[in-house]
Amino acid sequence: MTVAADPGAPPPLPAKTGRALLIAQALKAFRANRLSSVGVVIFVIVVVLALLAPVIAPHDPLEQNILSRLDGPSAEFWMGNDSYGRDIFSRLLYGARISLFIGVAAIGSAMIIGSAIGLYAGYRGGRVDAVIMQAMDVLLAFPALILGLVIVAMLGPSIQNLIIAISLTAIPPFARIARAPTIVVKERDFVEACRALGFGDLRIMVLHVLPNILSEILVMGSLWLATAIRVEASLSFIGLGVKPPTPTWGGMIREGFENILDTPWLSVFPGLAILLVVFSLNLIGDGLRDVIDPKTRTD
Amino acid sequence: MLAYVARRLFFALPTLLAVMTLVFVLVRIVPGDPAQTILGDQASQEAIMALRERLGLNRPLWEQYVDFLQSAITGDWGASMVTGQPVLGEIANVLPYTIDLTVASLILGAVVGIPLGVWSALHRNRLIDYVTRIGSLLGLSFPAFVSAILLLLIFSIYLNWFPVISAGDRSDPLERLENLALPAINLGLIMAAYITRVTRSSMLNVLGEDYIRTAQAKGLPHRSIIWIHALRNALIPVVTVVGLYLGILIGNSVLTEIVFNRPGLGKLIVGALGQRDYTMLQGLMVIYTFIIIIVNLLTDLTYGLIDPRVKYS
Repeated sequence: MTVAADPGAPPPLPAKTGRALLIAQALKAFRANRLSSVGVVIFVIVVVLALLAPVIAPHDPLEQNILSRLDGPSAEFWMGNDSYGRDIFSRLLYGARISLFIGVAAIGSAMIIGSAIGLYAGYRGGRVDAVIMQAMDVLLAFPALILGLVIVAMLGPSIQNLIIAISLTAIPPFARIARAPTIVVKERDFVEACRALGFGDLRIMVLHVLPNILSEILVMGSLWLATAIRVEASLSFIGLGVKPPTPTWGGMIREGFENILDTPWLSVFPGLAILLVVFSLNLIGDGLRDVIDPKTRTD
Repeated sequence: MLAYVARRLFFALPTLLAVMTLVFVLVRIVPGDPAQTILGDQASQEAIMALRERLGLNRPLWEQYVDFLQSAITGDWGASMVTGQPVLGEIANVLPYTIDLTVASLILGAVVGIPLGVWSALHRNRLIDYVTRIGSLLGLSFPAFVSAILLLLIFSIYLNWFPVISAGDRSDPLERLENLALPAINLGLIMAAYITRVTRSSMLNVLGEDYIRTAQAKGLPHRSIIWIHALRNALIPVVTVVGLYLGILIGNSVLTEIVFNRPGLGKLIVGALGQRDYTMLQGLMVIYTFIIIIVNLLTDLTYGLIDPRVKYS
């Protein structure tokens, strides 16, 4: 027997698959969190400004203007000039490109390598797991900034080496975060079913276990991107960042710090820029975590 | 408990050995010849060779490694390649400054962070909660050197309340406190941001527990329910986070020491890296690892103080 459809009822919605529904719900929850939305807006603005730096920047970031040395903010130079007379606003825009590039490249690679290590260790278990995680613990025994310092000093300061250093400090936490859920997921029935069907370990790990732990890795990625930008700026401030005259935010603060008594804006503007980006990423990370783990939901 | 401490320290030995090996390898692939760095660009080849010989840099790597381990175990950490002073002595000279800074920041972080976290949890989703949450997120977004520069500008340069250079005499208690104040406020407020967040979420979890409802039903005073019954149970995650973030605190102390020109392990390691002072670097890295191991142990021991149900086995 069939039930006749109510002619007044709205047309049925297209059925969503389980995963699509989950993603839609997560997006809705994320959008409902106003603070995270503010974070997204700030971060997108910074990314757009960085990408459009060659179009927006009023001056060449490397152009020296000796007559304008250490001048304060003016109509022509919105944020003033540094000790070489270079335009701080233009350097800030170009510096954003480098900070973001180093952060994204370092955390992107740490995410891929760390997750692969954690996934493999958790999936294999036993002695392999013990040895890998012991090695990760040794790396975790150093404070991240100290490890970064030593690695950059060892390899020499360059964009590529900064990416390697920051990435190496971030790999162990990603391995840990990927390993923990893998241990749980690999015991579930569907993984057992995959094995029974004769799927290879690699296929099971990448196609069946990874999607189940991806959300936690992504949340951690957004929070670590904030850390990476902070660490890059810190290393540049110590003098182990990208070599001058390339503008980086940490390097600009370092240069400004030499004249802190007379021209504080040299350090303050790039300092506020770092704060803004790190803050926006932390807002996004917090919102993502709330969506994924309702237990820690802040609202 | 003593047996537990001894066992934990024993199990930390392989980690310490692995770290020492890593440190040994790391400092030896640092580009640049330390003998050249010490003597400068103008030095003759003979002088460089003589110094390499004296520093033992010409010996096979494995010999240097065995020597390094032997010396580390017997407490002879060699002399700084730059100053010629014993490494342990130089570290011991500045360690009290770093300990002062770390402990003061930790106390400030707990004194500000715990009450703020509890307050925020009790006023969940009200204005005060939003302000605290945004404030604490802002606090942990501050790179330590940016906040240090802002504090230096406001309180030392414009208001002239604190010295610009925080490297004073440690034996004079007043001077010690004056020099410690601004660097400790800098790191303490960042620490407070972390502690506020974890205290808030931990308190929210505990406040939903049945025993809190029972305490309220029994008519216990609100103050004692919050500060004695709830907070004590909410503190374990707080201690865990404090232990974890102590590593960040130690890293941040490097930046704070540079901005405030304060002696400490951080300034020593930056100097050692710049001058390729291998022996000093080795010593410092081992000290850092040792500090982290001790902090982890103290964190675990603190659990037992807070919660008598925690057994050490």
